[in-house]
Amino acid sequence: MGYQLNFAPVWRDFDLLLSGLALGIGMALVSVLLVGNLIGLVAAFAMTAKSATLRRIAGVYVTTIRNLPIYFLMLVAFFVLPQQLGVRIDKVHAFTGTLSIYAGAYLTEVYRGALLALPKGLREAGLAIGLTERQTRLWVIIPVMVRNALPALSNNFISLFKDTSVAAAIAVPELTFYARQINNNTFRVIEVWSVCSLMYVAACYLIAAGLRFAERRMAIPH
Amino acid sequence: MDFTRFFADLWIARFALVEGIGMTLVISGIAIVLGTLLGIGVALSLVYGGRLQRFVVRIFLEYVRGTPVFVLILACYYLLSGVIQLTPFQAGLIALTVFCSSHVGENLRGALLALPKGQTEAGKAIGLTFCQNFIYVLAPQALRQALPAWINTAAELVKASTLLAVIGVVELMLTTRQIIAIKPRPLEFYFVAGLVYFLICFSIERLGRAVERRVALPS
Repeated sequence: MGYQLNFAPVWRDFDLLLSGLALGIGMALVSVLLVGNLIGLVAAFAMTAKSATLRRIAGVYVTTIRNLPIYFLMLVAFFVLPQQLGVRIDKVHAFTGTLSIYAGAYLTEVYRGALLALPKGLREAGLAIGLTERQTRLWVIIPVMVRNALPALSNNFISLFKDTSVAAAIAVPELTFYARQINNNTFRVIEVWSVCSLMYVAACYLIAAGLRFAERRMAIPH
Repeated sequence: MDFTRFFADLWIARFALVEGIGMTLVISGIAIVLGTLLGIGVALSLVYGGRLQRFVVRIFLEYVRGTPVFVLILACYYLLSGVIQLTPFQAGLIALTVFCSSHVGENLRGALLALPKGQTEAGKAIGLTFCQNFIYVLAPQALRQALPAWINTAAELVKASTLLAVIGVVELMLTTRQIIAIKPRPLEFYFVAGLVYFLICFSIERLGRAVERRVALPS
C-alpha cells in the first residue's frame, strides 16, 4: 500500500472546485427556482383545469419527463436537438434548459398536490369579495399554495441541485467536472473525491438550512 | 425521414440493443437486491443499534444522501480501481448499491419509527422475544408502509444506471451512442432508447401504484 495522503494538489485548485460549485448552484437556482417553478405552476393549473385538452397535455408532459433519466434528456438537448434544428447550443444553456424542463415536471406534481389540498372555501372567498377568477388565482390561491408547498419544494430543490453533477458528462465546468479533471491530472484519487463529495454534502446542508429559514419566514402565521 | 432504412438499421442493431437493455436491467436489478439488503441493515442499526453504531451509520447515510449519484459512480470507479482492480461493471454496481441502500435505509427507518409504540409493547406483553416481535409484528407493518417508496427507488436506480455509460458500462445509453457512431441516426435511436427507458420506468411506477392500493391497511 503506502498511499500517502497529499491534499496539496486539491487545495491548489480549490478555487476551481469552488467556482464549479457556484456554477452548479447558479444553474440550479435559474432552472429550478426560476424557470422550473414557472413551468410547475402553469402546468399544475393546467392539470386541474376544466379543459380536458389542457389536462392531457400537462399530464403527458409530467409523465414523460418523470419517467426519463436526466442524463438521457441532457444528451438529447445537447447532441440531438441542435443537430436536427441546425443550431449550436452552448452546453451550459443546454443543461440549464434540460434541468428547467426536468424540474418543471417534478414541481408540477408538488404544486398539483398543494393545489388539491387547498380548502374549497379559499377560491369561493376570493370570488365573494369581488375578485375575478384570474385575480383570485393570482392573489389568493397562489400565495397560499406556494407557501404550503415550500417543504416539498425544498426537498426537490436539493435533489435537483445534486442532478447538476450530471452536467459534467457534457463538460459543463461545474464541481464534478473539475474534480474529474484534477483526478486525471494528479491521480490524487482519495483526496479529490472526498473533498468533492464533502463539498456537495456541505452545499446540500447549507441549502437545506437556507430553505428552512425561508420556510419559517414565509410560513402562514397561525 | 426514411423509415424503411431506419428499420433496416434497427434490425441490424437489434442484438446490441437487446444486450444493452439486458445490462441496464441486470445491473439495476442486482443493485436493488444488494442495496435493499444493505439498506435493511442500515435501517435496523439506525433504529435498534447502540449509540456508536447509530452514529457511524448516520454519518454514512448523511454522506451518501448528500452526494450526487454521479459523484458516487465516479468516485467508486476511480477510487476502487486504484486500490483493487475492478471492472466498470463492478465499480458501477457498488456505487448503485450504496445509492440504493441509502434510499432503502432512510425509507425503512421512517416506516419502523412510524409504528406506534403500543405494537412493540403488545408483542412484549404476550411474551414474544425481540426477534419474534420484529418478524411477526413490526416487520409486516413496516414493509407495507415502505413498499411504495421502495418501488419508486427501483425506478430511480434504472434512471441512475444511465450514468454508468460514462465509466464504460455498456448499458442501453452507451449502446445507443455506439450504434449512432456506426449508423448516424441520432434522433431515431435516441427515440428508441427513450421509449425503452420510459416503458421500464412507467411500468415500475404503475406497479408501485397498484401495489400501494393492494397493500394499504384497510381503514
